[in-house]
Parts: sequence; structure tokens; C-alpha cells
Amino acid sequence: MTRYLLLITHEPWDWSTASEETRDAFFAQHRAFSEHVAEHGREIASAALGDADTATTVRHADGQLVLTDGPFAETAEMIGGYYEVELPDLDAAVAAAALLPPSYTVEIRPVITLE
Amino acid sequence: MNDENLERVVREEWGRLVALLLARYRRLDLVEDALGDAIEAATRTWRVRGVPDDPVAWLLTTAGRRVLDRLRSEAVHLRRAPELIIDAEHGPTRAGTIADPGGIVEDDVLRLVLMCTHPALAPEAAAALALRLVLGVSTRDIARLFLVPETTMAARITRAKKKIVDAGIPFAIPGAEALPDRLDTVAQTAYLAFTAGYAPGSGAELMHTDLAGEAVRLVRVTLALRPAAEVLRALLALLLLQHSRRDTRLSPDGELVLLPDQDRHRWHREEIDEAVALLDAIPSARPMSAQAASYLLQARIAAEHATATSASATRWDRIVGHYDALLEVMPSSAAELARAVALSESAGPAAGLRALEQIADVGSHRPSAVRAELLRLLERAEEARESYHLALERCGNAAETAHLRTRLLSLDGCVG
Repeated sequence: MTRYLLLITHEPWDWSTASEETRDAFFAQHRAFSEHVAEHGREIASAALGDADTATTVRHADGQLVLTDGPFAETAEMIGGYYEVELPDLDAAVAAAALLPPSYTVEIRPVITLE
Repeated sequence: MNDENLERVVREEWGRLVALLLARYRRLDLVEDALGDAIEAATRTWRVRGVPDDPVAWLLTTAGRRVLDRLRSEAVHLRRAPELIIDAEHGPTRAGTIADPGGIVEDDVLRLVLMCTHPALAPEAAAALALRLVLGVSTRDIARLFLVPETTMAARITRAKKKIVDAGIPFAIPGAEALPDRLDTVAQTAYLAFTAGYAPGSGAELMHTDLAGEAVRLVRVTLALRPAAEVLRALLALLLLQHSRRDTRLSPDGELVLLPDQDRHRWHREEIDEAVALLDAIPSARPMSAQAASYLLQARIAAEHATATSASATRWDRIVGHYDALLEVMPSSAAELARAVALSESAGPAAGLRALEQIADVGSHRPSAVRAELLRLLERAEEARESYHLALERCGNAAETAHLRTRLLSLDGCVG
């Protein structure tokens, strides 16, 4: 078993204007993901995140703490949420990620476990 | 003598050894080092005690002990429960450890091939890794193949292995629905391995025909799984046609013999027949991937050569046509170079030279070698000499260097 963090990125959009069908489809796709994960491994944590314009980035520059308004990387897509899961291998993680809404781009990263 | 035996065993059995060790211990990070240690031990031991009856089993046992030693010291280091080691010593049972829902074939080498060519790896890294782990091609020759420095290639292979371990790329055969997508990459890998077999690019030995034969076997194994896969059928035809000429490519003195001078009676006729039958069975109107089409066109070119009764009977016009089609589906400087050669045969050396001038310089010695031959035919001896010298500067292969020197000397003879 390997622990994976699935970082979900997508283009910013307004969930509040989404139609009922769109919302239902999203919920069904996330449910299918969770069922797949439960069947082959386990889900450790997950969250949907506030929009990138609510982000605050903290970094050190010349020994000073500097806060910046916005995400650490300026890209067209933003990180919208994550799942932390435990699955047998990368193929299982890819199969799970494939069940999420097709508007997502999902980055799969193994989690380093420190003894 | 023993060292030669060892070298042969390692070259022929490398992939099987890696696959068996990986199937047993699941530790890609330990397997290659352990195998390296075992080969070193064999170099010392076999010299004294002679080659064992079953050299593969000897290497496997010795490498297995090295892996266990490492697992033990890791366990001590991490103060882990001893049952983990007991488990590894007994070896995991097949059914319990491998996610293999399709259950298509029991072949550890194929598992290894599919792991190395996993789509989560960059294609060049995947091909390089398969050449290294499945066929045991040296990092130096793989670097030559991909036209990058050896250190760059070594780093690329290390990175790919690290990704397999860290990201959890499985050592397994995927289900039937995922397998077809993986076959294109396997075909590409086998083709590159075959190319490596015929032009290793370093050392005194011009060709490793054993290695080329392994690449053919790799295609056969995969094709047996998917008999309808056009990419593998076209590739097998191509490899068989090229491989059928293996006994005539070198003179008894180890010098390169070019296609027109090869003894056609010594070409392996049964392999040519098999390839032509494979090509005839592929419906030409059927849509296929660019890769499959590229192998099919290259195979048709090779078939023109293989079925011509003599060099002068070769249908160069048809070959130029195939190259034109090939450059449409998959442009490459190698194909442009070959087209220039074909054009010089069908339309004269001046036409070939003009085509040659359009090709971008990628640092290979081959365009210069061809240019030298064409200039020679056009009786432009001084320019031909310059081209031979440039080709010699760039050539890292002893047999090809010898051939180029002979040609250069005979040119001087003509002028003098």
C-alpha cells in the first residue's frame, strides 16, 4: 500500500451558478471515487478549498517574513481540493482519479512516510 | 574464457534475472545492485572454480542473498519486527502479491517490460529503462542511442527507477482494457532495443545480434498476447527482415559489408518469408496509429530489398515512394538520410546529394559518410576526402571506422 495525495486543480468557476444536474453529476463522480478508494484501500482525508483569491502565501525574504495575497504559483488553474488516500499502487490511484469530474486535472503524489 | 561465458550469460539472461529477483523481493532499488554484486562475485569465483552447471541459478541465488542481507540490515536499522524478514526469505506467494486481474500470462519478463514502459514515465526514460533492465544494454550504448551524454542517461535511468519505487508503479500485467495502450510503448522499446543491437556504437564488436534476437523475442512474446495488434505485427515483420541479413553484414575480417555486396543466398529465407506473410496479412486500407504505419512502411522498404533477386534488381523507385510516405507519418533525420540514398540510386548521385543538403546536422557520422560516397561517384575527390575525415572524427564504432578508413585510402589511391 502507498499513500497518495491527489491534488485537484481546475479552472476557477462559480459553483453557486452551477445547475442542479451539474451539481448532481459532481457529487456522483466524487461518490464513485470514494467507493473505488474504499474498495481497494482507504481514504485518509479530503477537503474542498476556498478560491485561490482567498489564498495567503507566506515566505521568507532577506530574513523577513513576507506575506503575499494570492497563491504561490500564478497559473490559469488553481488548486481546488485534495484527497489523501492509501491504495495498492499507482494504477489504482490513476483509476480512482479517472472517476473524478473530467474538468479536473489531478496531480498524484506519493506521500513520504517518516519513521 | 570464463569471463566470456559470464558476459554471455549476463547479456542473455539479464532481463530474466531482474524479473525473477523483482518478482521475489519487490525491491527495484536493491535488485540491480544485488545483481551487480553477484556478477562481480562470479568474475572472481568462476575464474577459480569454473563455470557452474547452472550459471543463471548461481547468479540468482547469489543476488538473492545480497538482497536478503540488505533487507536484514534495514530491519535492524529500523528495529522492525523480524517476521518481515522471514516473509522475504520464504518468498511471497504469487497469488497473494500481484494485482493481476486479467491473469493473461505468467511471464515475469513481460511484467518487467510493462513496468519499465509504464505511461507514468516519460517515453524516453521508459525506453531507456527497458533497454537497461530488460535487455541489459549498457548505459553508454543507451546514451549513444538517444544522442545524450552518458552521465545524462545514467541520471535519467536513476530518476526513472526512483519514480517507479516512490510512485508505486506496479510490477503487474494490466487488465485487457488497458493493455492495448501499453503495446505501442512496448513496440517502441523493442524497436529501439533492436537498433541498439545492430549499432551499439562503441567497442570493437559492430553488432550484438544476440541482443537484436532478444528484441525480436520481446515482440513475439507481446504479440502472442495480442495477435491482432498491427503495431506488433508490422514491427515483427520489420525486425525479421532486418535480422534475416545478420550473417552477411560483416566480412570474415569483421569489416562492414554494405547491402549491395551482401551474399543474398546467406540471408535467412524463412524469416523473410514469415515477414512477407505478416505484411500481406495486414490490410493496408485499415486506419492505424502513426507508429504502426511507420513500422509498416519501413517493413515494406525492407521487403523490397529482401525480395530483390540482386542489388541491381532493387526497385528503388518504389523505395523512394515508401520513404516519402514514411516522412509524412513520422519525420526523422534517419529516414531523410535513407531517402537521400534511395534517391541517388534511382535518380543519380547529384539528386541524392541535393536531398542530403536538406538534412539537419545532429552530430551523427552517417550523413557525412553518405555524402563522401556520393561526392566520390561525382568525382569530386577533394570534397569527398573532407567528408570522410568528418565522418571519421564523429564515428565511435571500430568496424565502421575501419570501413571509412579503407574507403578514404582507396580514394587517395584513385587520385594518386
